[in-house]
Amino acid sequence: MNFNIEVNGKTIQVRKGDTILVALFRNGIKVPTLCSMKGLSPTGACRICVVEVEGVSGLVTSCSNVVEDGMKINTHSPRVVKARKTLLELLLSNHPDDCLYCERNGDCELQNLSVELNIRERRISGRKIRHKLDLSSPGVVRDPAKCILCGRCIRVCDEIQSVSTLEFTGRGSKTHVGTTMNRDLNFSTCIACGQCVMVCPTGALHEHSNIDEVQDSISNKSLTTIVQYAPAVTVSLAETFGLKPGKDINGLIVSALRKIGFKYVFDTSFAADLAIMEAATELNERINLGVNLPVLSSCCPAWVRYIEQFYPELLPNLSTTKSPQQIMGAIIKSYFANEAKINHGNIYSVSIMPCLAKKNESQRVEMTSKGVFDVDVVLSTRELVRLIKLNGIDLDNIEPQQADSPFGIRSSAGKLFAASGGTTEGIMRTLHFLRTGKEMTSPKINELRLVTSVKEVSIAMGKELVNVTVVSGLTDIEKLIATVKEGKSNAHFIEVMACSGGCISGGGQPFGAVEKEAKARARSLYEIDDVETIKVAHKNAQVQEIYDKQLEKPGSEKAKKLLHAKYLKGKSLE
Amino acid sequence: MESGNTILNATSLVNRIRGVKETENLSDIDDYISRLKREKLTKTVVLVGVTTSSVAAGAIETKSAIENYIAERELDIDIVEVGSNGLCSFEPLMDVQIPGKSRIVFRNVKANDVPFILDGTLNNYLPPDNVVGQYRSQLHQPWMGIPFLDEIAFFKGQSRDILALSGIISPASIEEYIAFGGYSAFTMAISRLTLEDVCNTIEKSGLRGRGGGGFNTGQKWKMALAETANQKYFVCNADESDPGAFMHRLMMESNPHQIIEGIAIASYAIGASKAYLYTRNRYSITVQRLENAIQQAYNAGLLGHNILDSGFSLEIILRKGPGAYVCGEETALISSLEGKRGAPTLKPPFPTQKGLFGKPTVVNNVETIANIPLILRKGAENFALKGTEKSKGTKLFSVSGKVNITCLVEVPLGVSISTLVELAQGVPKGRKLKAIQMGGPSGGCTVPEKMNTPIDFETLKAEGLAMGSGGITVLDDTVCIIDTIKFFINFIQYESCGKCIPCREGSRRMYEILESITRRPVNDEGHNTLERFKGIILLESLAEVMRDTSLCGLGQTAPNPVLSALKSFREEFEEHIFDRKCAASVCRNLRTFYIDVDKCTGCSACAKKCPTNAIIGTPRSPYFVVEEKCIGCGVCETTCKFGAVFFK
Repeated sequence: MNFNIEVNGKTIQVRKGDTILVALFRNGIKVPTLCSMKGLSPTGACRICVVEVEGVSGLVTSCSNVVEDGMKINTHSPRVVKARKTLLELLLSNHPDDCLYCERNGDCELQNLSVELNIRERRISGRKIRHKLDLSSPGVVRDPAKCILCGRCIRVCDEIQSVSTLEFTGRGSKTHVGTTMNRDLNFSTCIACGQCVMVCPTGALHEHSNIDEVQDSISNKSLTTIVQYAPAVTVSLAETFGLKPGKDINGLIVSALRKIGFKYVFDTSFAADLAIMEAATELNERINLGVNLPVLSSCCPAWVRYIEQFYPELLPNLSTTKSPQQIMGAIIKSYFANEAKINHGNIYSVSIMPCLAKKNESQRVEMTSKGVFDVDVVLSTRELVRLIKLNGIDLDNIEPQQADSPFGIRSSAGKLFAASGGTTEGIMRTLHFLRTGKEMTSPKINELRLVTSVKEVSIAMGKELVNVTVVSGLTDIEKLIATVKEGKSNAHFIEVMACSGGCISGGGQPFGAVEKEAKARARSLYEIDDVETIKVAHKNAQVQEIYDKQLEKPGSEKAKKLLHAKYLKGKSLE
Repeated sequence: MESGNTILNATSLVNRIRGVKETENLSDIDDYISRLKREKLTKTVVLVGVTTSSVAAGAIETKSAIENYIAERELDIDIVEVGSNGLCSFEPLMDVQIPGKSRIVFRNVKANDVPFILDGTLNNYLPPDNVVGQYRSQLHQPWMGIPFLDEIAFFKGQSRDILALSGIISPASIEEYIAFGGYSAFTMAISRLTLEDVCNTIEKSGLRGRGGGGFNTGQKWKMALAETANQKYFVCNADESDPGAFMHRLMMESNPHQIIEGIAIASYAIGASKAYLYTRNRYSITVQRLENAIQQAYNAGLLGHNILDSGFSLEIILRKGPGAYVCGEETALISSLEGKRGAPTLKPPFPTQKGLFGKPTVVNNVETIANIPLILRKGAENFALKGTEKSKGTKLFSVSGKVNITCLVEVPLGVSISTLVELAQGVPKGRKLKAIQMGGPSGGCTVPEKMNTPIDFETLKAEGLAMGSGGITVLDDTVCIIDTIKFFINFIQYESCGKCIPCREGSRRMYEILESITRRPVNDEGHNTLERFKGIILLESLAEVMRDTSLCGLGQTAPNPVLSALKSFREEFEEHIFDRKCAASVCRNLRTFYIDVDKCTGCSACAKKCPTNAIIGTPRSPYFVVEEKCIGCGVCETTCKFGAVFFK
């Protein structure tokens, strides 16, 4: 139902049930906001979005109040503007003021809002609160001094990710965002998915940057620096460099990475192919034996940590296959080191991921061999952008190049890992071959490509059906886990990606991307799959080669040692 | 209590008020009732007021002294714990009732006064210093020469309805409460009145929420009643936490059953089968008495499943909050009850639509609830007789601060502020009344010239004051207004939930501004006069934004003390800013110390202790304070053995 309201003396038509903010937005009237965010419940905490409503004594928050018929609203009266300005000045009054050095310099909502509200002088000065910088987590850094307590991280952690690590603690001016018993992040229930970083309007949450380490290693002549890049990275960078959002710039990235100084550039999608081989074999075995079903995917480290933390009883169901990043790391330091005759201790292995949990994953004890990390350091997509800019590389003026052999060829199945459902699609293609000895007639499984958080699909393999469930974002995960625990789930395989949409919307991706960009990235992946000639992992010649030369066959003892890991019960809740 | 073959207890009393014919002899029950009301006594009773405030004054020691006295002399005397009659400054209070004689009240009965007072009283001699007065009763012979309580100014000036039984009955006895007419309203309501009837009666009485907002209680109930839901909740807000307010605590400790009955009626009226009583863990005596009262009500069949065969079931759950000021705000209280962080949530939806666990919920405070049984018992018209046209009934006020008697009083709405000060017998001798702070930390200050302002919701609002829950702090000329509002703002900034910017940051900044006014310049730059002056201008603009934009009542009203002080005591601010003087010498950082040349022996002790080396001189001749260096810490004053250091 529609009705009219009056805004700034002009009559506009609005929909019943819309909040004032939404109604104004639809009519092209912008009201500044800070704590409000699409997809999260309104809390009315920041009060920046206040408007004046005739007949109401105080100012009204537009994010939380619903339009009523005949409302008369003033969005920019002097009283409103003064209130907004004062609120922002209050926020700035004890802000650290180190914008030039801040992680979010130039990309900060607080900064932008100050510009928008024309704040040019420090009218209110307050005593700065000293807070401890939390550097404990390899993935996420928390700087409470910069926190404006908008509560977005808390809401995303609770409402979207069902993790609830973060909550307000303390009272009054001592309020801060903290974890249970004020533990550091790495000792909390945090799964390092990085979604809090994506919603943080300031520099209070950001990734643990490793750029300096990487640069030092590149300039260290005694080290062989090897880089791998995740399938999602190549489709996520374009808009940052002024190209069409979602455009695949695989070749340009390889070229840029070489220019930065990496000796070898490998594509993680190759490791994804290996992961498919291992996971499909594992799944095939478990289906045949009927044990530990459904198999839970293990390529998302945030999800793995979630299971370890909250549902350790489901650990037997978790696939033991390592994530593609760690598979690549493992074979670089063993197989490749042998082939290229490099001492594995002299290899510095870097990986570029759309993810912050990967930073945590690479530091796990399970991900080492003989005390050496399989992957030495992980950079997020955002850090890659910075690295490219830092090295003065102009993407417009470089020629695309091919990734290095022997891990340069990938099937499009491996590439699909970047999107939710892609892992399953890749595994199903190979599983079909394993179970029936034939290729699927059409490798494309459209149901897995829908943009919903939970997808349940049955795939015919010969005469039998394999049921898969694909989840992205942990919003509804508790319900799903309950059905698994009760034994009511008929799924054989459950793929979970902690971030909604999968890795293309990961916690390490460039800021400011919304649904539109995520869709463009997914579309780009599916286009790659359409034109690719190798569409299944088991037809990747280099994958076959590595099995022939070293690993014997998928699921062999050697493969298990190198490509599989054991996951343990988390201790944060004890 | 046994009589013949039957046991008389609360159930028999309940049957009696309901008119149910039971096997007990009616005259036995009436006899029992008169014994409970202490109309007929077979032996002497000593009643000691034991409440949070009297315990602080030594009531526990007094009680054990009485026990010892009785035990040593092997006397047949009962000891009963009662609540408080409101005379907090006179605590520990002890009442003695000898069979046939009127009950008499003694004040300030310390443990070692007990033998003397009891010796005298039991031998018909009353120590005059300790006597307050005697209760008036037709059934008992009065003491000669002792004033009746209702003749004493303190009680004469009041209109005690809610407090009628406070200090008289034992809070630990449901029987005594029933004997005095308790639970008759509830049993009548559930057996004879419909839900709408009860709501209508309350609405007609004009009772308005005593928590500060002043919303019509009956209307609030009707809003919840009109909602359809499979579960509704009633919540009694007993988390009293304004500094200087102790009405609810004393009330609950003195007569807990009145609250339980009120909750039961309110829950019936809105159709709630579950009620929560939210108090504070720290209020140990309150918690203990409420727990006991709830248990007794269950035992007497007044709570629980299918109460007295009426088909109405009610469960009352006592919740002990961790103690946060903001949890007095209803949505924050609801969050706290749900087990979440006590932070206010957005309105609408109002709790009456979507409250506790998403169900329609009515939140009323203790005093509002205490009125309910009385309104039902005496009728809405009777209630509306007292008070003004728009503010009906009586109101509790706790008067504290610089007054002769710290007390809890009940007066009809519409009386002047001065009445309250008079009831508390004014400021101490030789002092001058300076201001009255009303409505807790978010209330306002009023000046003596405005003392005739009638206390009702509308007038106070027009004056920029707030009734709040009824805490009144009287300030005399030894108090610095800026220091006082600094205390309140500090309280607010500490107790703010921290959710919204205006309240969290605004109150903190206000506190910092006030702090800078009440201290000497730390260095040459920072806190110069202009800065301090700008601070005051900022205070006003901050206050406006806080009021306009804060999420809940806490933040919206937080600037009130500052605004009202700026209005009434502007000179005092100016004096602090420009002259750097605090007339009341309260702001210790503004003091400047001087050394009396005649008294100083030149021992140099002060000079050695001075943290800023502001005291100079040569040994064995008088020392001097360099004013510019003095930070007013006062170490010299405490160091000097000759009393030579003084401040202006």
